[in-house]
Amino acid sequence: MVTIEIDGKSYQAQAGQKLIEVTEANGIDVPRFCYHKKLSIAASCRMCLVEVERAPKPMPACATPIMDGMKVFTRSTKALAAQKAVMEFLLINHPLDCPICDQGGECELQDIAVGYGNDTSNYQEAKRVVISKNLGPLIATEMTRCIHCTRCVRFSKEITGVPEMGDPGRGEHMKIGTYVEKNITSELSGNMIDICPVGALTSKPFRFSARAWEMQQHNTIAPHDSVGSNIAVHTRRNKVLRVVPRENEAINEVWISDRDRFSYEGLTANDRITSPMIKKDGTWKKVHWDTALAYAVDNLKQIDSKSVGALASPTATVEELFLLQKLMRGIGSNNIDHRLRQVDFSDQDQAPLFPYLGQAITDLENCEAALLIGSHLRKEQPILNHRLRKAGAKVAVFNPIDYEFNFPVAAKMVVAPNNWVSNLTGIAKALLGNGLIPTGMQKLLADSEVTEEQQAIAEALQTGEKRTVLLGNLATSHPQFATVRALAATIAKLSGARLGYLPEANNTTGAWLAGAVPHRKAGGEAVVEAGLDAYAMLSQNLKAYVLLGLEPELDSCTGSASCLEAADFVVSLTAYKTEAIENYADVILPISLFTETSGTYVNAEGLWQSFGGVVNPTGSTRPAWKVLRVLGNLFDIAEFDYVSSEQVRDEVQALVGDKKPSNTAGWQVPTCLENMASDGLQRITEMPIYSGDALVRRAEALQDTLDADVAGIHVNPTVAKQFNGSEQVQVNGASLPLVLDERVPDGCALIYAGQIAGTWHGNVEVS
Amino acid sequence: MSTHTSKPNAATILSEESRLKIDTWIVKYPTDQKQSAVMGALTIVQKANGGWLTTELMDAVADYLDMPPISVYEVATFYSMYELEPVGEHKLCVCTNVSCMLRGSEEIVDHLNKKLGVNLGETTDDNKFTLKEVECLGACGGAPMMQIEDEYHENLTPEKVDNILEKLENQ
Ligand code: SF4
Ligand code: FES
Ligand code: FES
Repeated sequence: MVTIEIDGKSYQAQAGQKLIEVTEANGIDVPRFCYHKKLSIAASCRMCLVEVERAPKPMPACATPIMDGMKVFTRSTKALAAQKAVMEFLLINHPLDCPICDQGGECELQDIAVGYGNDTSNYQEAKRVVISKNLGPLIATEMTRCIHCTRCVRFSKEITGVPEMGDPGRGEHMKIGTYVEKNITSELSGNMIDICPVGALTSKPFRFSARAWEMQQHNTIAPHDSVGSNIAVHTRRNKVLRVVPRENEAINEVWISDRDRFSYEGLTANDRITSPMIKKDGTWKKVHWDTALAYAVDNLKQIDSKSVGALASPTATVEELFLLQKLMRGIGSNNIDHRLRQVDFSDQDQAPLFPYLGQAITDLENCEAALLIGSHLRKEQPILNHRLRKAGAKVAVFNPIDYEFNFPVAAKMVVAPNNWVSNLTGIAKALLGNGLIPTGMQKLLADSEVTEEQQAIAEALQTGEKRTVLLGNLATSHPQFATVRALAATIAKLSGARLGYLPEANNTTGAWLAGAVPHRKAGGEAVVEAGLDAYAMLSQNLKAYVLLGLEPELDSCTGSASCLEAADFVVSLTAYKTEAIENYADVILPISLFTETSGTYVNAEGLWQSFGGVVNPTGSTRPAWKVLRVLGNLFDIAEFDYVSSEQVRDEVQALVGDKKPSNTAGWQVPTCLENMASDGLQRITEMPIYSGDALVRRAEALQDTLDADVAGIHVNPTVAKQFNGSEQVQVNGASLPLVLDERVPDGCALIYAGQIAGTWHGNVEVS
Repeated sequence: MSTHTSKPNAATILSEESRLKIDTWIVKYPTDQKQSAVMGALTIVQKANGGWLTTELMDAVADYLDMPPISVYEVATFYSMYELEPVGEHKLCVCTNVSCMLRGSEEIVDHLNKKLGVNLGETTDDNKFTLKEVECLGACGGAPMMQIEDEYHENLTPEKVDNILEKLENQ
């Protein structure tokens, strides 16, 4: 600890801290542009000049380390004169076009110019003009306004890990940007909008829609990945206009993913449905809520409850999921599930309380070795990927596709899905001798060979002390998930690593806790006789279905709605009405979306985060928890009279109590470690980053990004030869453009979800 | 047929000769700091391409040195010896920085403008000369000065300039 004096007052601070950190911590204003606490120090704008005793010239507070006994003056004549002069220089080339600038009213340049600048300038000459380049659908550019602070450049290099922004040119000719016209590809790119202190980089979807002072800010939780990023929603006249991050060091720091930032556009999609409807004799009719609810209940009552299945989106709130399962169990059925992309449920009884990250989000940042199994982490969970990237750990990856990572990969294996088991076994075997072999695995591991690649992965994983093995989306949806999980657990155990799950959606964990699974009640207690899992429900024709926030034809790995079409009765609690829904549903109960309803999400580390509604429900939509409550009442199910979502949440929380998930125990020892047979072209399916749920699928700007450009059947050039140069390939009867993609292993085809009907796995018929 | 991630392939874009020359720069630096060879690489590639760099060539250099393309653009746009547009046979780089300006570089530039009929940054119609303004080339002692190819011409006067041009014309 050292003592320094600022403006006549003494402060204690950590040796080695920069002056600006001390002023910041003590609420002393020092103007700045280039300094940002999450970026490296550039000290290029000079706005933070302050007077330091015995220093001949003013010093930049952002780059000056403190020293014991240092005396600093932030408001002395000398400091003020320096700040005034810098401000004048910064404005030389600035167009001062605040009235037509989106940043106006929340602009650091405006604020600091008013606070520290002069009202006139000595500069009489011509100002320079910079022609802006198009950076894609998310970020609007007006580069004449740029003050060259280089925050965006450092962000691009240091945070996104894929340097795309730079400062080409020199002196007066320097132009911040990409040099070539290109769409920014980072999945965190929107943060550049926040860190740009001026109006050079602004939000394209939000452009020209409101002034900062006209909007209200409401705090809530992001509705897509399992991070639970803290966000603020800005609204005006009951309309969501934009989303920005809220700082939370333990979760998202100061960043959010583009998905969390721009998905709000889906709230006002054209196919939003705002009044209840029923289908009679093939035609849809708008009806009153009472009529629709009664119609739903009357028809469901006709059907044996064992033949009713409920499928829920894991993006629904804890409250909604809890009430849906309570409703189902109330009418006597355990057929409820949210695991739409899982095929293998054979070890579900041994699964932990919920798919737990196995550690805190911040722990990822400190790990020294990690093995990713089946995860395109960058696109699945951008913020978790950022933490892992920061760790600078030895990361090994085991994937079906040779994904590009934005950090160095220490060892990697790209393995066709049918060969996962033998290869994971090899990795486990390479770790033998390191520790106790879990019971039952001894014999299984005995007779496998270890390849060099497997050895390399095992070695990478044995770096340092803090190690973790993480299972991603492509592992969860693997047809041999139970075996994969067991092997991952074995690998974790043998390497002394923590096993962690990367739950797919914002409330996957909440769904488990709320009992939205066929084999466990809320709180995790096993049911006597498990109901059908999602895959079974969508492949065995049930008589009736209740859907919550889902489009199973897109959301489920069966890739089909044929069971729904064949059913006698389908109730869809949905925010959107599509042709497919019209086809199979009989009642549409329009529900409110994210921002329109209160609720709770539980993130990957098991943190419960509740939020209130931000805007009124659109049209006559109702929050799903209220709809479900009324359904429960109409079915006369006991104890269904909830008056608030908090009351529902408290009940779930009480049921969960202080139970904690254990990832170390509770996986099933496989009976054999055999690969799957495969003789044709194997399909690998990835859910594109901007297609994972109904809301984001309708976010227009995100759909225009390169990440959403996923059409086609991707095969490597060797495999492509079999198509003799044709541009289009018939896949399961549909025609898809052929895309050459070196990342795909031999014998496989990558087909992103949502393009063709049919299951995500196994062989595809091509011609 | 489209291709996912069309990364430029240095091996197909850069000639073998260029690559071998770049390798002589690469070995001068620690193995994990290949990108230190970027300036040498750009010079080699520019020369092989008739005096200027295309974006494709810069991307190929980036690929060859394992660096992000934007970092190569930054280097190529910072230093005045790299050309991003086609140039004439002879590139006349006139320094107009402080010392040269004080010693009459404006007069030299005016003279060249008239003589060649082009402004700074332009190339003559016969593609012989490109006139270029550069910053201090470290020859302030001989200001005003200009650089042509690898040679410095110092203490310039309009007459001296005429002589130089004449020699180049007759080459
Ligand atoms: S665009 Fe904005 S963030 Fe980037 S350098 Fe310019 S002012 Fe700074
Ligand atoms: S904030 Fe200190 S120099 Fe820019
Ligand atoms: S100013 Fe011209 S060479 Fe230095």
